[in-house]
Amino acid sequence: MTLDIAKLVPSLDSRILLKVEGLRKYYRATANRFRRNRGLIHAVDGIDFEVAKDESLGLVGESGCGKTTTGKLLVRLIDPTAGRILLNPGQQQPTDIATLKGKPLKAFRRKVQIIFQDPYESMNPRRTIFDTVAEPLKVQKMGGTLEHLDRVSHMLELVGLTPPSTFLFRYPHELSGGQRQRVAIARALIVEPAFVVADEPTSMLDVSIRTGVMRLMEELAARLGIGYLYITHDLAVARYVCDRIAVMYLGKIVEVGETEELLQRPKHPYTQALLSAVPVPDPTFTRPPVRIKGGVSVPVDPPDQCRFYSRCPLADDFCRDNPHPPLEDKGAGQLAACYKA
Amino acid sequence: MSERPVLAVEDLTMHYSIKAGAVRAVDGVTFSIERGQALGLVGESGSGKSSIAMTLLRLLPDNAQILRGKILLDGVDIVPLSEERMREYRWNRISMIFQAAMNSLNPVYKVGEQIIEALEAHLESAREESIERVRRLYDVVNLDPGLIVRYPHEYSGGMRQRAIIAMALACEPDLIIADEPTTALDVIVQDHILREMRSIQAELDMSMIYISHDMAVIAEVSDVVGVMYAGKIVELGGTADVFHSPIHPYTRSLMSAFPSVTGKKRELGTLTGEPPNLLDPPEGCRFHPRCPYATDVCSNQEPPKVRRGNHWAACWNPQGE
Repeated sequence: MTLDIAKLVPSLDSRILLKVEGLRKYYRATANRFRRNRGLIHAVDGIDFEVAKDESLGLVGESGCGKTTTGKLLVRLIDPTAGRILLNPGQQQPTDIATLKGKPLKAFRRKVQIIFQDPYESMNPRRTIFDTVAEPLKVQKMGGTLEHLDRVSHMLELVGLTPPSTFLFRYPHELSGGQRQRVAIARALIVEPAFVVADEPTSMLDVSIRTGVMRLMEELAARLGIGYLYITHDLAVARYVCDRIAVMYLGKIVEVGETEELLQRPKHPYTQALLSAVPVPDPTFTRPPVRIKGGVSVPVDPPDQCRFYSRCPLADDFCRDNPHPPLEDKGAGQLAACYKA
Repeated sequence: MSERPVLAVEDLTMHYSIKAGAVRAVDGVTFSIERGQALGLVGESGSGKSSIAMTLLRLLPDNAQILRGKILLDGVDIVPLSEERMREYRWNRISMIFQAAMNSLNPVYKVGEQIIEALEAHLESAREESIERVRRLYDVVNLDPGLIVRYPHEYSGGMRQRAIIAMALACEPDLIIADEPTTALDVIVQDHILREMRSIQAELDMSMIYISHDMAVIAEVSDVVGVMYAGKIVELGGTADVFHSPIHPYTRSLMSAFPSVTGKKRELGTLTGEPPNLLDPPEGCRFHPRCPYATDVCSNQEPPKVRRGNHWAACWNPQGE
């Protein structure tokens, strides 16, 4: 190792695995024979965040807030409208995922994988577990069948489906939900990705099985140095799997912080409301009333003001007349997008 | 306790016959509910929670048979009733809010019409009376009466669920069974709906059965909790008793595996294995293959009921105390 100042500076950043800048995804609102074009849905509306190596960043929010869209953008299942997604931003030439095409895009698919919510629908029922888990290897042309057998067996063992020989040639319908989700994890990790998007990977699983899968993901992250974007609507689950949490509301990240800090001392009024609405498994605990009203709307051509304005208990004229607030440090490294917090 | 319970279920056993044999979905279930009481049934998927609900309403598919037991609704056993007589009980005496019921509204009829239809099928009331009644029901569930003449797509998910609750309340039943009433809803909407249901229940002195896989929801809404495992109630008692001093090892592991956003962050528990196949459930205690406290007797003899006050569990190796 040579001490070179020029090389030291980017190395400060070298723990950052993924950096997202000004990411946007707009959809055209339904236009059909009965309805004229009704403007643009701002599903993801200019978000920035970073994920470090072996870090798990939770993305939480209610349905329709844009969290799944964000996940799909990161693995390029859909194309962004604007923004940059940098893989290994500390390197001399980071890859901008947002604009990849052709061969480099295919090569990139090795680096980033996704695990879906429903272990029943994300697998071809006519393919054996071996075929399912080996498919990414085939697509990426990594090794021959014998090597695939080796790697799949090893992977099944890693995810706790032991002995692998009893699982290799079975079909998805022969496995339980928890076992299938382990297969989905094995399939995502077999190409040794650097980054994994996990979209509600445990929300279809029963409580008694859920902890096992949550733990498995944590262990593998630490062991293989993977970074996660963990998408969930369940703050209690996020508390256990995420190092940091980002709260999304109508296409914007409204608060980011260290998990415990954010849960104990939420700064944004939306985070506060969301937290106070989570039921507590203790019959003697009385939750304070939730202070916001109404439900989530669809952000079609939203006005340039705080997205939370119409539901916010703290909102005033200043919030009405100013653009959506930027994410600002509110102490202890916790960022919130609010003029009043 | 002098009053007759609104519902008393005794040794209820219901099996589904499929090609491979009999699925023992509900097996010797006994419990009762007093007027104004809320019973929570909690358990994992396939534990028989929804099967109990369907049996209580006698809304079972053709391949299901009630083999044993009584369902006493205000003292009358509804198991032997003919379908015709049963229809008088459904909605009038006992009604139900289904899982994801908000998607069961007919999209081409106004929501108000659909509630009036339910009313007219069960009560012989004049149309004006029915409309007035729907108006009152909307008031109870906190919906704007202007929405009565709107179509389902003009309602949000939470509003639709409120309309479904209004429909369940329409004939002023003694008992409402709510099967995962808020599972498809976001937490903030869930909070509004649960608070509303509790206040309506108190106001009308109604009895409720809440069915959920979510321990936290059950903790918040129920007076009494029944924990289900593999077609049986394994533990039943006052909510605080069951949550604070669980007797059954299964209840303990459920509690320890369930994460909470409040309180101290503790290590989450985990259970090995999978719930049993109900075609061929294990002998003795159905939980014994996964139980960390299992002894020999657990694998061949039905566990006895261990009582602590009004709280009991079926277990050979009771925990706590």
